[in-house]
Amino acid sequence: MHIVDGALSVPVLVTGAVLTIAGVAMGLKKMDYDHLPQVGVLSAAFFIASYIHLPIGFSSVHLILNGLIGLALGWAAFPALLVALFLQAVFFGFGGFVVLGVNTLNIALPAVMMYYLCRHGVSSSSANVAAIWGAIGGAGAIVMTTLMVALSLMLSGEAFALAAKATFIAHIPVMIIEGFVTAAAVLLIRQVKPEFLGIDEERAYG
Amino acid sequence: MPQFLEHSGTSWQGQNVKHTPSLIDRLDPRLRVVLVSVFAVVTVLSQSFMSLSMAAAMGLLLALLAQLNIKRTLRRVLAMDMFMIFLIILLPFTTPGETWFEVAGLSASKAGFLHALMILLKAHAVVLALLAMVGTLSATTLGHALARLRVPDKLVHLMLFTVRYLEVIGQEYKRMRRAMQARAFVLRTNRHTWRAIGYLVGMLLVHSLERSERIMAAMKCRGYQGKFYLFDDMTFTRQDVTFSLLFVPCLGLLIGMNFL
Repeated sequence: MHIVDGALSVPVLVTGAVLTIAGVAMGLKKMDYDHLPQVGVLSAAFFIASYIHLPIGFSSVHLILNGLIGLALGWAAFPALLVALFLQAVFFGFGGFVVLGVNTLNIALPAVMMYYLCRHGVSSSSANVAAIWGAIGGAGAIVMTTLMVALSLMLSGEAFALAAKATFIAHIPVMIIEGFVTAAAVLLIRQVKPEFLGIDEERAYG
Repeated sequence: MPQFLEHSGTSWQGQNVKHTPSLIDRLDPRLRVVLVSVFAVVTVLSQSFMSLSMAAAMGLLLALLAQLNIKRTLRRVLAMDMFMIFLIILLPFTTPGETWFEVAGLSASKAGFLHALMILLKAHAVVLALLAMVGTLSATTLGHALARLRVPDKLVHLMLFTVRYLEVIGQEYKRMRRAMQARAFVLRTNRHTWRAIGYLVGMLLVHSLERSERIMAAMKCRGYQGKFYLFDDMTFTRQDVTFSLLFVPCLGLLIGMNFL
């Protein structure tokens, strides 16, 4: 889902960078020093989780899990994802450097959107309802991310239109898988550590 | 993507990846970060083939100067290529323009081919320079350099935390996967796999969160007040001046070539 350096046009790059700076500023403001270890450790956990490759037919896809990141971190997803993408770019040469703003925005904005959309759903007292909202969050984040990647490509030149469409189609299986995985993760977290999703134990099980 | 091309984050070796000491290592980390950022921006904005070829040559030269591990670097560059290969191949066929050659009835335009070539040059120049100048820093040094360059404190702290715990959590993940393997779990394309992986991710998060609570308590106990102290003082030495005197004119040349 990363875009490499050199493909995007200057207006897209600048817009991405500006919006990412705004998002990161917002995230940093909401995150006090006491939450730093928590966000840092979760950011590392997502970094690792995003390297889980699941087989699909003859190929394999890797998880992105930005829906779950959003549910867990809210606005702090912006700085957490910026750090993760920066580390990947610098130490693995994965993704670009100048496109860091666009890449962060494409992954973190859907995460924050899913936070607002599904936050109430996943803390529902019914496990089935929570699982469905978890699935919506997981799949929805990938849908949004793919659309935003496609949009960044299309805005950079008409010649990318086909590649943009292909990106979307290629990611449909990822959307489905992320939906299932996120729903299962939400179910487990509800059982094991409900306060993680902002659930009052008494409300959920009282 | 073939397995050998994947640089798996679960085998993130953090600071353990060794590289041969080189000239680049003697430079001030701050200078390396600043120069590589300027270089990346200039390269991405360049539009002429002359300056892009020079940028690619500079990237290669920096990689040689930094004595990057050839195998490791090649693997990373190839992984990046796999990522963009689709875009590059499509480009000549989707760009309008006079037909240059035809494949299976589809006409490829020269303009599209040149555009694709430009993207290739830019991406390679930047990635090589980045791996050479910043990728050879230890993550801690990089964090300190960023802090000294006035990147917000919280962001730097967050990066240091993430780097510190990548390895710990990676081990945790491996431990859990081994436990699943011991119970004969095999990854397949079915709902059972996805549910199990979902539980794995959920458990990983819960473990991480509990660990972070213990970390916070331990840090509080040692008087953490939301601030890390940066002990290393970075100094701008004569070597840095010499390097800048060589590098900056090259950057100027890169920019200048666009206006020829």
